[in-house]
Amino acid sequence: MQEYEVVVIGGGSAGLAAALSAYENGLNKILIIEKNSSLGGILNQCIHTGFGIHVFNEQLSGPEYAQRFIDKLDNTSIEIKLNSYVTKIDKDKTIYYSNDAEGFQVIKAKSIIMATGCIERTPGAIKLEGERLSGILTAGLAQRYLNIEGYLVGKKVFILGSGDIGLIMARRMTLEGAKVLGVAEIMPYSNGLRRNIAQCLEDFNIPLYLSHTVKEVKGKDHVEQVVICQVDENKNYILGSEKTFDVDTLILSVGLLPYNNVLEDLGVQMSSTKGAVVDENYQTSIEGIFACGNALHVHDLVDYVTKEAMQAGLGASRYVKGLLKHGKYIETKNKNGINYVVPQKFCLQNIDKEIMFKFRVTKPFQNVKILIQDGDRTIKSIKKMFLLPSEMENISLNLSELKDCKSLSIEIMED
Amino acid sequence: MTYDVAIIGAGIVGCFLARELSQYNLNVIVLEKDNDVGNEASMANSAIVHSGYDPIENTLKAKLNVLGNAMFDKICEELDVKFSRIGSLTLAFNEKEVETLKMLQQRAFNNGVDVEILTYEQIKQIEPFVNENVKAGLYAKTAGIVDPFNLCIHAMENAIDNGVTLILNENINKIIKENDLFILNNKYQSKVVINCAGINADEINNLVNKETFKIISRKGQYYVLNHFKDEFVKHTLFMVPSDKGKGVLISPTTSGNYLIGPSAEETNKFSKSTDLKTLDEVAKQANLMVDKIPYYQTIRTFAGLRATPSTHDFIIQESDTKNFINVAGIESPGLTSSPAIAKMVVEEIISKMLPLTKKENYNPKIKKYIKIKELTLDEKKKMFAIDKDYGTIICKCEQVSLGEIKDCLSRSCPPHSIKALKKRLRVGFGKCQGGMCQAEALSVLAKFYKVDKKDIMYDNLNSYILYSKTKGEN
Repeated sequence: MQEYEVVVIGGGSAGLAAALSAYENGLNKILIIEKNSSLGGILNQCIHTGFGIHVFNEQLSGPEYAQRFIDKLDNTSIEIKLNSYVTKIDKDKTIYYSNDAEGFQVIKAKSIIMATGCIERTPGAIKLEGERLSGILTAGLAQRYLNIEGYLVGKKVFILGSGDIGLIMARRMTLEGAKVLGVAEIMPYSNGLRRNIAQCLEDFNIPLYLSHTVKEVKGKDHVEQVVICQVDENKNYILGSEKTFDVDTLILSVGLLPYNNVLEDLGVQMSSTKGAVVDENYQTSIEGIFACGNALHVHDLVDYVTKEAMQAGLGASRYVKGLLKHGKYIETKNKNGINYVVPQKFCLQNIDKEIMFKFRVTKPFQNVKILIQDGDRTIKSIKKMFLLPSEMENISLNLSELKDCKSLSIEIMED
Repeated sequence: MTYDVAIIGAGIVGCFLARELSQYNLNVIVLEKDNDVGNEASMANSAIVHSGYDPIENTLKAKLNVLGNAMFDKICEELDVKFSRIGSLTLAFNEKEVETLKMLQQRAFNNGVDVEILTYEQIKQIEPFVNENVKAGLYAKTAGIVDPFNLCIHAMENAIDNGVTLILNENINKIIKENDLFILNNKYQSKVVINCAGINADEINNLVNKETFKIISRKGQYYVLNHFKDEFVKHTLFMVPSDKGKGVLISPTTSGNYLIGPSAEETNKFSKSTDLKTLDEVAKQANLMVDKIPYYQTIRTFAGLRATPSTHDFIIQESDTKNFINVAGIESPGLTSSPAIAKMVVEEIISKMLPLTKKENYNPKIKKYIKIKELTLDEKKKMFAIDKDYGTIICKCEQVSLGEIKDCLSRSCPPHSIKALKKRLRVGFGKCQGGMCQAEALSVLAKFYKVDKKDIMYDNLNSYILYSKTKGEN
């Protein structure tokens, strides 16, 4: 049976960075298993720019950003299997995959990095009201049809949810000749990046209806009308505020969910992000199995995915070399105003210089402090003018700040 | 060509009628308004094979339910359809409902159905998820669950294999009778017509006869939960039935998912819309039986329309017009009864209209479908040796291979749409609901039918997915 030091599952932004990092940190027998016919993952359909500001100090398109990493693979011993799908992993790190060249294969790995990305929340998951019709699509699927397959899904479009892909698609479909009549967001604030609201909606005079949702989708076989309605603070309809739009397409951009079918089957401990619970090296509850990128928690910028995946690659290399210490874990707790914190636990002995904590807030805040505490002791307090749930926050703590740390919590202090 | 029998409607009744007739030397045509068979109530229901304790004695519903239930083991074996007798529990929450259970137990005895009343403690032993306020339950061992999609599709595949003709996208709006022959839509001539048009059966009847019955559309809304690793209910759990029907149920499905529903609302015949208010009410009812339902696993909500007859029982008879047979108002337990209905129509009604001689080469079985996900590693490797496409997984959530899709496309009742493929192989049925694989599935269909991708529909002929090409000619 073929045996690898590390098998990276998924060849998108996270998988590429993780594999390269494992290689740069001294591993040689590395395999990337990718389900599609090319590396790069979802970056391949993101033909807009805005990628790479933090990693390369320049604005790249999605395919360009991916290519920077794909090019680096050339000078490495990293093996790639394309069109290959992993259906099962055993606890002993036996991996089952198949493709049309080798058929059904079983390999062994000393370590595994899960970089399987995320999926879009579906009309079913949000219990969308109205008819089940064609012309209701998630934004990412519409983006694939447009940017990869070369087809527009409709001419008159309404968008539910102000997630970034929906905003990007509002601009993209407008440029391709479609009319986008509006975007409805059930929350009183946008769920997309501020720059996308400006560049994708405001620049094209596309109205954003905050505290609105789709109350009904009408039509016979295909979407004909979308009825939106304002909601109160409990998300109940404010009757009488309905607006009807004659459209042929309803695009949904209502959130992303880490995709972890294989990890769930394996019985890895999962967190509220729908990703695995991980430690400072992005190791899951099963030793030697790591997770990173959008499979772990949904990121706002790909640059942060890359950085996280590099940590996971380093973690896997340390694990394979037997350098990871078994110390006591300190749990990170998300308190007031914090939705989640990754990593969920850490072991001080395995931190060289610093550790990065990533989290999102539960709602928008203005002029607040992010408070990081060890019990009653304040480790760090950071002033923030704005905090938005759509933007992921990063905070680094160095070893001296964590000295004698017994617990760690992050919360928002309002005045 | 003149057909011996024209069947209007390829729902579960039409599919089983076609199969039943296909064993005789008859020319049979099935005319279906939709772009696939089993595309209305037959695909949007509780997917339950009812035991038959519930229909009132001496009705067609009671008789055909019990007869139909007994036929499922053999039929599902022949047609390679998933079926499992998991048993049902009808739960009583107070003394009045316990009394109703006793009445139902007597009715079950009269209908010839084996049931027993279990105490809460006994129920807890076999179904630990039920709530503590359950007083007693009626346990029907013979109740089962079935894959309703492939029950229709495979029955029709088998019928077509045995010589039946299926025409899709043929909405019947004109029937005339000339010289003892029916002419449908000015195109199809037939000696006998069977109207099994489900929700539209009254309108089809009225094309030929005076109005003798009405079909009332009763909508039922459901939740579909994903399959998941943790333990959950193992039986079909019913509330005690009322005049509104069998009420809300919680049931596993043959694919490992769970169904919660249905509601019961009188609606028009067109709308299969869902709404949160009704679904909340469904959840409230279901929570009375099991309060730990993992609704966060919801992957879809849907509605189906029951064809409720104004006569309160199945309508299965020759109409006022000779050789025009109505099989109408086949609401619950319609799915269960359908094979028995088909047998009854052929043996008791058509036998008096047409000579029935058996075909020598009739084969009641279809070729078994390969399900890669369910095979052992060695079996998978064998399939890959036969066709490399079995190694390419198209639907990730449900692990369906290209080889399986190609096999399905080569069958005699193949999928023409994304939804038809989903019903057959579960492509796009999982957690991502096709977000990851729909574009690939669409490409496979377009390639197979040698059409442009934008000509592949989601469901019926106007349900396009792709509007126009952005580059080059359209």
